[in-house]
Amino acid sequence: MLQFIFRRLLLVVPTFIGITLLTFFLIRLIPGDPIELLAGERGVDPARHAMLMAQMGLDQPILVQYMHYIADVLRGNLGTSISTREPVLHEFLTLFPATVELSLCATLFAIIIGLPAGILAAVKRGSVFDHSVMTISLTGYSMPIFWWALLLMLVFSVNLGWTPVSGRIDVTYWVDDVTGFMLIDSLLSDDKGAFISTLSHLILPSIVLGTIPLAVIARMTRSSMLEVLGEDYIRTARAKGLAPKRVIFIHALRNALIPVITVIGLQVGTLLAGAILTETIFAWPGVGKWLIEAIHRRDYPVVQGGILIVATLIILVNLLVDILYGVVNPRIRHNK
Amino acid sequence: MALLSIKNLTVTFGEGDNPFRAVDRISYTVDEGEVLGIVGESGSGKSVSSLSVMGLIDYPGKVKADELTFDGSDLLSLSANARRKITGDDIAMIFQDPMTSLNPCFTVGYQIVEALKVHGGGSKKELKARAIELLKQVGIPAPESRFDNYPHQLSGGMSQRMMIAMAIACNPRLLIADEPTTALDVTIQAQIIDLLVNLQKARGMGLILITHDLALVAEVAHRIVVMYAGQIVEMAPADQLFVTPRHPYTQALLRSLPEHSAGHARLQALPGVVPGKHDRPQGCLLNPRCPYATDRCRKEEPGLQPYPGNSARMVKCFYPLNDEGSPAV
Repeated sequence: MLQFIFRRLLLVVPTFIGITLLTFFLIRLIPGDPIELLAGERGVDPARHAMLMAQMGLDQPILVQYMHYIADVLRGNLGTSISTREPVLHEFLTLFPATVELSLCATLFAIIIGLPAGILAAVKRGSVFDHSVMTISLTGYSMPIFWWALLLMLVFSVNLGWTPVSGRIDVTYWVDDVTGFMLIDSLLSDDKGAFISTLSHLILPSIVLGTIPLAVIARMTRSSMLEVLGEDYIRTARAKGLAPKRVIFIHALRNALIPVITVIGLQVGTLLAGAILTETIFAWPGVGKWLIEAIHRRDYPVVQGGILIVATLIILVNLLVDILYGVVNPRIRHNK
Repeated sequence: MALLSIKNLTVTFGEGDNPFRAVDRISYTVDEGEVLGIVGESGSGKSVSSLSVMGLIDYPGKVKADELTFDGSDLLSLSANARRKITGDDIAMIFQDPMTSLNPCFTVGYQIVEALKVHGGGSKKELKARAIELLKQVGIPAPESRFDNYPHQLSGGMSQRMMIAMAIACNPRLLIADEPTTALDVTIQAQIIDLLVNLQKARGMGLILITHDLALVAEVAHRIVVMYAGQIVEMAPADQLFVTPRHPYTQALLRSLPEHSAGHARLQALPGVVPGKHDRPQGCLLNPRCPYATDRCRKEEPGLQPYPGNSARMVKCFYPLNDEGSPAV
């Protein structure tokens, strides 16, 4: 197992190099530079522009800049933001809990609804329920996130007034920052109102962000279950006289979960990509919104550093999925 | 009273006026301590008929029968719950491919203990001891350490022994073995059959042995049922069937054995295939392939009748074969 993890970690190295190359050069392909954008409409005189560029090392040949960047990254230094002068890592760590909180709630929403829907659709294949699940999940999967978000906002926040429009918590509450997770912090603050306010702020963004993973999980669970239910060992289980519940939830589900876990893990990428849109629309102070703003400001260190951290996290989650895979599937665990 | 009694069992798939009959009005009985062999080509309904005895036919399959009783109780009128109490307990079944018949996610020990637990139970320690005892009975070396093995760590023969251990766990009175040796090596086949026969004798179980290996049933079975296209075409004591087949299909099956063609250049194969859903002929289902078919065979369907002069034998043919192997006219 240790050897397996080590081998997987080795494979991460080329991925890292690829990510740094892509972010470094792609952000520089966008016209404009950070100084111009900081100056705004007033403009900046060429001499001062050149001086500031030199100060930040942006006047050097691009390959030299890349080498400097890589050398910094290897020393654990992701640079400082051009616009706020704050270290990138520090900014990231402040904002990240908000994104994690949203992503976890979205994933939870997707699993709690997607898994049972997929199982039930497989067990009752061909039924009205099965067809509805498949149709709805296809619709959910193809729905543009921003449009879905605006639609929900319009109905539930504006027309019905059930949920707040944006933000993490109502401005009338103040919650001490202990863990960075507003749900936990508001619970710790002993202020019921703060907790309810946090929860109601989470509902719409979680649904929006969880919609695509929900659709993917439901469809994957269904097809995986269908395949497993046709296996010989399911017939054996039934021939033993086991109750249908036990056959489905113990014998079939355990096998069917293997591909589903992989898919859930792969959704982490989708979640972080979706978080960029969702956070922007719901003014959610997380990493996604931060990255979008950094791109608008051509804040090179933030874009480079932020994407590098996010990519690392996705790689780590995928590694975790591979390990979990081994736990669920004995054939992989014992494979030397 | 027979242990298992089946009368006019029909299993259909599909909707409408003309659903496909995978099993077509078959009747047979199995007594306690009896070995019944069911032989036939692929697609002749051997497996489907036994799955319907187990209650494992799913929608859209439909099971109908004038009688389907086990030890006097009508299986078809039982509730699903009551039926499951019999399935796996009094009637057990083992399958063709042992490598895919065990759940890869659980240890074999867990799977055997599970069978014990559903039909009875006991403490964890007791159940494990009984499972290990079962592994010993089916001839698994080092049963204590095998108990914790996963199916992928076992060979085919070993897996089939596990399946047998699981099937006999609750002391069934009837064991259905659906081609238990087809997927195994020849040397292992003999071992598994020996094991099955020894267990059957020691426990006095009824055994239904489904196979397309004629040599195997000849040695083991007391009575043999020959199936063709979902119907029973001949039923006879084993020793008589192989000497004097009465049905042209049985004759063709025996003639297609390699042993029969020793010295000949070619095997005598029966031309054509078992009719499927769309090409079922009128009259006797064998008529397009039967060398003796007449106009009557193409129009009317013969019934399963006792062979003249021998009530122990049944044959579904207008012109049953005589001792010389030619049709009676």
